[in-house]
Amino acid sequence: MSDVVEKTLSALPSLLSLDSQAGAGKLSPSSKLGNLIKGITELTSKHEEEKLIKKELESIKEQVASPNTTMRQMKEIMVRAIYCEMLGYQASFSYIHAIKLAQQGSVLEKRVGYLAVSLFLNETDEFLLLLVNTVLKDLQSTNLIEVCMALTVVSQMFPKDMIPAILPVVEEKLTHPKEIIRRKAVLALYKFYLIAPNQVQHIHSKFRKALCDKDPGVMTASLHIYLQLIKENPESYKDLTGSMVTILRQVVGGKLPLDFNYHSVPAPWLQIQLLRILAYLGKEDQGTSEMMYDVLEESLRRAEMNHNITYAILFECVKTIYTVHPKSQLLEKAAECIGNFVLSPKINLKYLGLKALTYVVQQDANLALPHQMTIIECLDHSDVIIKRETLELLFRITNAQNVTVIVEKMLEFLRLTCDDYSTIDLVGKVAELAEKYAPDNVWFIQTMNSVFSLGGDVMQPDIPNNFLRLLAEGVDNVEDRQLRLFAVDSYVSLLQGVTAKLPQRFLQVISWVLGEYSYLREEESDPGSVMRLLARLLDQRHTSTETRSWVLGAMTKLCSSPVSVALARDVCERYSGSLNTVLRQKAQELMILSQDTKLRARVLPAEGRLESLEVDSSLSFLDGYVSEALAAGAAPYKSPHQRQEDLVQEKALSLEPYGLSLPVSLSSCSITDRLTDRRSPTLLSMSSGLSGNSTELSHQEGSTTLKLEGVKRVWGKDGYLAQQQSAGETPTPLVELPNPLLSPQSPPSQTQKPSSGLEPDQEKRQLASSLFVGLGSHNSVCLMGRAETAPRHFRRKPRGESSSGASEGSSNSSHSSRSAAVDNLLLSNLLDSTTVASEGGAATTTTPQQTSQRTLDHTTSNGNPHVEGTEQRVEAGGPLSLIRGNGMVAVVPPTHTQTDPQTQQDLHPAPALERPRDLPLASHLPAELSGLARSEFTPLCSDQDSSLALSACRVYKEDALVLLVFISNNNDSALHQMVLQLTCKELEISCISGSPLKEVKGHSVSVCLHTVVMKRASVQVELAGLLSYQRPLGQPQAAQFSLSLSLKHFLRPLTVSTGDYGKMWLSFSHDLKQNLRLVTTEHQEPLTATLDALKGKLHLHVVDIIGSEGIVACRLLQGPGQGQPCLLHCRVNADSLAVWLRSPVPELPDSLLYHCQKALTET
Amino acid sequence: MIKAILIFNNHGKPRLSKFYEHYSEDTEQQIIRETFHLVSKRDENVCNFLEGGMLIGGSENKLICRHYATLYFVFCVDSSESELGILDLIQVFVETLDKCFENVCELDLIFHVDKVHNILAEMVMGGMVLETNMNEIITQVDAQNKMEKSEAGIAGAPARAVSAVKNMNLPEMPRNINIGDISIKVPNLLSFK
Repeated sequence: MSDVVEKTLSALPSLLSLDSQAGAGKLSPSSKLGNLIKGITELTSKHEEEKLIKKELESIKEQVASPNTTMRQMKEIMVRAIYCEMLGYQASFSYIHAIKLAQQGSVLEKRVGYLAVSLFLNETDEFLLLLVNTVLKDLQSTNLIEVCMALTVVSQMFPKDMIPAILPVVEEKLTHPKEIIRRKAVLALYKFYLIAPNQVQHIHSKFRKALCDKDPGVMTASLHIYLQLIKENPESYKDLTGSMVTILRQVVGGKLPLDFNYHSVPAPWLQIQLLRILAYLGKEDQGTSEMMYDVLEESLRRAEMNHNITYAILFECVKTIYTVHPKSQLLEKAAECIGNFVLSPKINLKYLGLKALTYVVQQDANLALPHQMTIIECLDHSDVIIKRETLELLFRITNAQNVTVIVEKMLEFLRLTCDDYSTIDLVGKVAELAEKYAPDNVWFIQTMNSVFSLGGDVMQPDIPNNFLRLLAEGVDNVEDRQLRLFAVDSYVSLLQGVTAKLPQRFLQVISWVLGEYSYLREEESDPGSVMRLLARLLDQRHTSTETRSWVLGAMTKLCSSPVSVALARDVCERYSGSLNTVLRQKAQELMILSQDTKLRARVLPAEGRLESLEVDSSLSFLDGYVSEALAAGAAPYKSPHQRQEDLVQEKALSLEPYGLSLPVSLSSCSITDRLTDRRSPTLLSMSSGLSGNSTELSHQEGSTTLKLEGVKRVWGKDGYLAQQQSAGETPTPLVELPNPLLSPQSPPSQTQKPSSGLEPDQEKRQLASSLFVGLGSHNSVCLMGRAETAPRHFRRKPRGESSSGASEGSSNSSHSSRSAAVDNLLLSNLLDSTTVASEGGAATTTTPQQTSQRTLDHTTSNGNPHVEGTEQRVEAGGPLSLIRGNGMVAVVPPTHTQTDPQTQQDLHPAPALERPRDLPLASHLPAELSGLARSEFTPLCSDQDSSLALSACRVYKEDALVLLVFISNNNDSALHQMVLQLTCKELEISCISGSPLKEVKGHSVSVCLHTVVMKRASVQVELAGLLSYQRPLGQPQAAQFSLSLSLKHFLRPLTVSTGDYGKMWLSFSHDLKQNLRLVTTEHQEPLTATLDALKGKLHLHVVDIIGSEGIVACRLLQGPGQGQPCLLHCRVNADSLAVWLRSPVPELPDSLLYHCQKALTET
Repeated sequence: MIKAILIFNNHGKPRLSKFYEHYSEDTEQQIIRETFHLVSKRDENVCNFLEGGMLIGGSENKLICRHYATLYFVFCVDSSESELGILDLIQVFVETLDKCFENVCELDLIFHVDKVHNILAEMVMGGMVLETNMNEIITQVDAQNKMEKSEAGIAGAPARAVSAVKNMNLPEMPRNINIGDISIKVPNLLSFK
């Protein structure tokens, strides 16, 4: 079949050259479209084409305007207009005529009219309002084709506000006798659901009916809806699991009519859809998952035919199996399937195989092992896409031992690639890996140099920011000094070479580092050398103004010696006359500071390098100014993030994805921070965070972050155990990695047995061993102290810990269950000895070594060594860090910043000495909040042995919603380095309690207070939280939880007088009307009863009740001192309550209405 | 969801473009150009999946393309679509075109843009896959074509007359029955006499 197509299509060029005889023969060559196209094909340049089309459009314009043009001619004209639009020429004058054609034409003409409308217009176009009546008429037509056309255009685009007008008619079509109509109606309703979910709330039962429709086509269409619904909220649809499984079983079993077969596979697209739904349903739910094991197995078994589409089903099946609660037998088969994909000679399948591997290695890195040779071959594949996917896979399996090889591979790819997308993506990944796993200083600096020079100016701005912060952080010990010195040295030598090719960002980083740290090398070279290099940089033409201001800043810090002062004066003279004000300012500063040594010493103290600056992050000193401006009628401040969202809302497409257009660039920082940034690069990010949420933004969009957050671990302890066994039983030979214990110094080069059976050359094998080292050999690695924990130095706190916490957590749990007994033994042993050690102080330094010795003995004798935790214990033991001796990268662990006990006391006035278990959490409520209305305490999560429990409580303050997270530590040991992160796109969350880094003593409760406001009104939002912490003798751990907040938590009564209400009512534009149920009680008027019910449930304020009408007002919290009002006007009509809602913001009435409905149905 | 369907020839001339998400006119043209640029520099024996057009959604979306003689068929989809599934959907689309146009060639697509769009509308509706069975699609398209043919002739008249009468009795019909309808109906009714 496709051969035929290909043959005909390949004959096309000759057809074209024959003056389109054959082709145009059947297409009436005399037609105007024919002429136009012929004209265009004869043209040679873009310019001529433009001219021709302009002429054509002119003639179209003339014709459509003429009253004599018949509908039939109009149809022909529209096709020409469509053609012109497709080529990118605006024919906006024809839009109205397209609508007219759809309104007035006969079926044939109408169809072209609708087509033109759907191609020309979009949801927001006002022209569409003209179409509503036509659509309504056609929906009610007896002509099936007209109904179909109307449904199609409705699902392509329909103004949100007009949905209620046609909703009943579309709904009615769900019971239409013709299946094609029912199908299209279902999809149209799905589209409505996507645009305005609240308006189709009531037809969910009809969706169920569609799911049970006797026609499989309608059922298929309804699955679109269910896929979306279940994706959003799997909990509410668990009851459908049975039905979905039954449907899939029937489909797989070939119960559908033969019509549905595609290449003799029964309804493959339907199967794919069902498998996806099952994946959502079974995720993290053992009971539900168990229901589907059989059918999944059957799917796997049936899909064995060798056709493209069966692979599509297989792929989906594998993904589902790895998403639902694990079952070893299935996992084994799925792993085999992945193997087939990866090894397939078909390139598409190879791609999908790599994708599947990338997905599964996050749960079990060992799965990559059988395929290592294939992966290495893919690294050299001729297809860039395959290469990139392979690097993605390697990124996921990186550990401290293979990091150098993997990063080298990534940089290699980066040097060859030229498209921005890959560059941004990969550069971020390399930077992340380098920070996390760098084996030593030299490598780190060199890698970051490559990152900066390759990433150029397209990379995410947080990479240089983080790098600088990393350099500046940390104690001023020998090691940090070495790192800095090495950076300075490497930059000096870079500047001595050709600088023309270095990107501006890199130059900025260089100048900052040189400015800060070149004093470290001062003694060995003449003082002016760095200064001269910087001056040279300043003179070069390719240096941008922004970079120049960085260089001037660096010079200001350096001009201490007489040589430098002379140089500085030179520079100042040149730049104090610069047209650029920033440069001029910097030059002036340099001038004055270089001459006045005293002033310089005060402004840029040499000693204060490490003191962090106090920053008033809330900018409270500006409050007066702001309130004045607001009173004078200024618009309230919107964060750039919000502004961007508004832009999106206005349908102005942001042309720069990936957060390239992050609102705060380095430039603005450098301008605003001028002198204050002297010793604190952290400030850079702080100020940018202040004015732009830029860090948050980059996290959301960040292709740089490790994407572990999205992937929840399905692996409970038991589940993982099952998996572990299955991996052991897999028939595919697991490659035995040589035990690093035997050859700890050199990378293992012993031959391995690749499962492919190919004879790979030595080089590749070596590569394999270096790439996959550290995988599947946890045991041996652990003995080496799991180097991952060692270079903590390079880890940035929040990101590093959260991501590695998750991945380590997963790999840990695999062993912990198996070797739990051993561990316990070890731990208790160790615990004893550590206490002894710490009691004995520094004198008993032999103890830790003995301890570790003992640990080793234990582990080897048990054949199951696992000392990750213990290693850390020893390290964290402060004085015990003698254990450095055995070849690990030795790092002094950062001293825990202890929060002042005084502040601790302030945070939770309840005495921390008492055992929290016996106390209700209520006593931990801060005093100032205790009198306020609050919600129940909701447990959020707790870890397995319930040594840590999290619970939440909402306190409804007048001007804010305060969210309290209680962290109850039920263990003897204290929690350290606690970082609680709450994230939600729709919410603005600000922490109001203490420092972010805290500790919780054993058996005590700590409270974190956050004020939360909604950025935009929405019915319900999901808040994700992550608590990372560390037990004194353990690994960093993390607990995840989520919490849903509903709109009603953010509503507060709005007290206004009836007169004010009237004024406000008139000034608001967004209007919504709906009939609600009346509440009837015995002693009250129905209206009063209903309003009281609403008032009680939603915190509304009843302004007035006049006869059968009532007015109600409320406001949505939106930051201190602000709020979005929403007014309700209710009138009793017979047995229902008609409500009009008005508000300045469009989303608020919509969401509020939903809650009103809900509140009234509950009573 | 399918975000966009693009067809262009080996020289990057668009032959069909259908967007299921709203982009501005200029962006649409940019997307077409960028997509062509991405797709055309791929060799023949590489995979059909592409990621990361800068304009059309970045890492969330992927492009799935197939090359037939002089034409590239590109579907831009988000993560909720199966790659291989879409690949076969393109095949179904092309086979359907081939059936409907009896050996389809690039010229058919040029001269019958509207028909191609109609066929596509039977397969994909508002970004969702509606029908994947070639025969079913052809049946639908044929039914419409028949309707069109008969409309001008005698056969169409009674049906229209009946529906016109019916519609007049419907109370919830919009009141403004436009003159355009009547002026077309008249010749039909005359020919019926």
